[in-house]
Amino acid sequence: MNDRTDLLRVEGLSVSFPLMSGSIDAIKGISMRIRPGKVTALVGESGSGKSVLGRSVMGIETSIARIGGRVIFNDPATGESIDLLSLPHDGRQIRAIRGNRIGMIFQEPMTSFSPMHTVGNQIEEVLKIHTVLSPAERRERCLDMLGLVGFAEPARAFDMYPFELSGGMRQRAMIAMALVCRPSLLIADEPTTALDVTIQAQILKLLRELQSKLGMAMLLITHDLGVVASMADEVVVVYRGEVMEAGSVEAIFRHPSHAYTRGLMAAVPDFDSPRDARLKPLREIRVETAGLLDKARSTAALPEVLLRVEGVSKTFQTKRAAGFGLSQPQGTLAVNDVSFDIRRGETLGLVGESGCGKTTLSKILMRGVTPDSGAITFHGEGKPLDVLGARGADLDLLRTRIQMVFQDPVSSLSPRMTVRNIISEPLEIHGRGTPLARLEATRRLLSAIGLPDGAINRYPHSFSGGQRQRIGIARALALGPDLLICDEPVSALDVSIQAQILNLMKDLKADLGLTYLFISHNLAVVNYMADRVAVMYAGRIVEIAPCEVIMREPVHPYTKKLLAAVPVPNLDRPLDFEAIGQPSAAARKLWARQFKADDDGSDDDLTHVDLGNGHLVLARRNIDWRELRP
Amino acid sequence: MREMLRYILWRFLVMIPTLVLISMLIFTIIQLPPGDYFESYVEELKAIGEKADMQQIDELRARYGFDQPMPIQYLRWAGGMLYGDFGYSFEYRLPVSDVVGDRLWLTILVSTVTIALTWLIAFPIGIYSATHQYSWGDYGLTLLGLIGLAVPNFVLALVLMYLANIWFGTSIGHLMDQKYLAEPMSWAKVKSILEHIWIPVIIIGTAGTAAMVRRVRANLLDELHKQYVMTARAKGLHPFKVLVKYPLRMSLNFFISDIGSVLPAIISGAEITAVVLSLETTGPMLIRALQSQDMYLAGSFLMFLAFLTVIGVLVSDIALALLDPRIRLRGGSTK
Repeated sequence: MNDRTDLLRVEGLSVSFPLMSGSIDAIKGISMRIRPGKVTALVGESGSGKSVLGRSVMGIETSIARIGGRVIFNDPATGESIDLLSLPHDGRQIRAIRGNRIGMIFQEPMTSFSPMHTVGNQIEEVLKIHTVLSPAERRERCLDMLGLVGFAEPARAFDMYPFELSGGMRQRAMIAMALVCRPSLLIADEPTTALDVTIQAQILKLLRELQSKLGMAMLLITHDLGVVASMADEVVVVYRGEVMEAGSVEAIFRHPSHAYTRGLMAAVPDFDSPRDARLKPLREIRVETAGLLDKARSTAALPEVLLRVEGVSKTFQTKRAAGFGLSQPQGTLAVNDVSFDIRRGETLGLVGESGCGKTTLSKILMRGVTPDSGAITFHGEGKPLDVLGARGADLDLLRTRIQMVFQDPVSSLSPRMTVRNIISEPLEIHGRGTPLARLEATRRLLSAIGLPDGAINRYPHSFSGGQRQRIGIARALALGPDLLICDEPVSALDVSIQAQILNLMKDLKADLGLTYLFISHNLAVVNYMADRVAVMYAGRIVEIAPCEVIMREPVHPYTKKLLAAVPVPNLDRPLDFEAIGQPSAAARKLWARQFKADDDGSDDDLTHVDLGNGHLVLARRNIDWRELRP
Repeated sequence: MREMLRYILWRFLVMIPTLVLISMLIFTIIQLPPGDYFESYVEELKAIGEKADMQQIDELRARYGFDQPMPIQYLRWAGGMLYGDFGYSFEYRLPVSDVVGDRLWLTILVSTVTIALTWLIAFPIGIYSATHQYSWGDYGLTLLGLIGLAVPNFVLALVLMYLANIWFGTSIGHLMDQKYLAEPMSWAKVKSILEHIWIPVIIIGTAGTAAMVRRVRANLLDELHKQYVMTARAKGLHPFKVLVKYPLRMSLNFFISDIGSVLPAIISGAEITAVVLSLETTGPMLIRALQSQDMYLAGSFLMFLAFLTVIGVLVSDIALALLDPRIRLRGGSTK
């Protein structure tokens, strides 16, 4: 192989971080190559050293890291061949390459920009460092680039602050910043992991387009094999700092030879596999629910509906400028006339993109937000409870019946409490049992989520993200609730850990007779978990149906789009960027007329049309249901 | 920008009731101890065996309205301050403004030099400590800083006075040579002040510097690990420019919100140190006035401090809003 053809060649790269005692070997001799104009995916779980590799190539790993090996960069612009690792740390030569010949984008669009400086200022800075353009020319180049990454009004975006943009727009600005000098290599470190599937599809489409338009190569660092299947030309699979398998995307996906690669693929939920097929996480957790307080109660005599939501609406009147891309312009209906039932013992999936109102809805169910109108009734073992009006003892009872599992396993556990304090706190609040009995209950809950007994006195920071999420689940189970509201419980986790948590939740549900409201933006995950699915868009439920119906015969265009936006690790089902690359607001204009209100924008003539078998679709009031089928 | 102006105007309006409330509180507090200045004066005279002229004292009481009901007394005091009449110091038998006058300038001089020095020393050290975390330099400077924090100012003052007496054979108490005390300003007096000022500056500044180093270090460390620092480095920006433009700028917020407490600190001076060193600053005077129930002096003084605090907070709030777009754009209603 002529090594001149490689844009970047990594030879025997090793990185270790010295510690008080010994050191951590993050990368143990990785060799790989990136060819010009191609997308190379670096795949692995968190902790596999893939981000360290990206940073080491750029020379921006912390100075205490001990880096060995060679990273040869063949700059097509100059024809030079440089060993990046031999350049002085933070010296002039490596700085001339960073941002100029090699660009980089990061996972967190929220924190990757300085909130003190305008977007334009931060993008222009790259040109200031690497070019000798006049301020006017620099501005011109920045505006061109902002337009290229999809800002409708580049001049306006130039003068905005990062926190005024939504997550997706911020990631676009980040891409503009990385590409404004037209580098020949882009290192994208988990560029879409923090985004929901529809925004992810837009960003991937953008990266793909820019990559071919600018003829650059890309190192795509990700844990998501679905993304890899749609984006990559070549794949390198790493595990614990070593390459497990490398090759063309065809070879890896059609004939994965290494067990680890096969394991990674089996862990991703897929639409094609039968719904009762169990995901195979790389490391399975054994669930031990024996002895949990009220296991598998008899539910025969109780009404079928556990929670009934009728006509709930909530308008936010905040004048705040866009905070995290979720806040609405003033006076927006975050939740608009939402009605549904949750049946006893089922899992109801609630799906939609960020900002569609699903989290607000979950907060309303938990009495965290008070709706403007509507009624919610909980049918427990005693008399039906009015969720919104409950006071005193009724409210206390309600609190023990409905519990919540949160998205972010880091911030939802207090760092100053031990696992024991965290899990037994609900029991203390409701005065359950003696301290000894509570400790016993905590032990049983720990074994139910598959954590060792020794974990009881440790603090959350000593656990991984997946373990922390399990602790959050144990806390939610402490009071023996009927209904668990799970708000994106796996979207902050790696796919392999995701499979673990999903299986755990399924097992717990079967053993304890729980009911779930499972909120997610990822339809593949919901497909694995849910019995029925409600799809939410712009505060309204646009379609609700049994899970198979939503997955196989979706009617509403928004549901179809969500389905298409899920990346699956299957080369025969790549993402259809044409269909999903548009922002939802733009795509809405193209919906068939029977799903749209009149052009004057009033939603009043939309209603839920019953297609039979519990399948409701939001459509025009006067439409014949046959028109809805394509 | 219009929102900004409206915000500033609103803040100014809010200041008025705040100050009125504070003045009532101060008046109540200085009236709380039993008796008034004249009573403690009579007691003092009795203690040294002299007889007080009770008739003269009653006359004085009437003249300063001490026989009037409290609200009237308050209104006279508060009303006077509006046009610059801060009342009369019984102890010094001079208008308050004359008593404070000279000392105020000396206090401002000492404090300003101290604060400037604190910043000049603390910032580079704090930045060094943060960027070289857990290095020997960081440990050494941290140790020094902790010593500086732990040693009480007046102990340091006594030690320095002693050492200066042995090594230089000079008394370093006071802010100037005693012969200049009553004299008007002259070159010789200025020289004398400059000779004396460094000792109080060092003493008062030590603890402040140490505290400031710790805060700069802690705040900067928080910022240094943020993602945007990595982004800036990935652009190819020079490491020093990265430091100054991003994390340092972000860590300055605490420093700006500090302005609110800096202003009153300038005027009150470090009381204890000033007493130990017999400095001609306002600190000892305030303590003395409070002890002897010299109510107009004490009251005006406290009022002045309160006024400076309110102004200081206003200045730091406006500065924060100007410097930090998050506060300016998110908190307000610009959109």
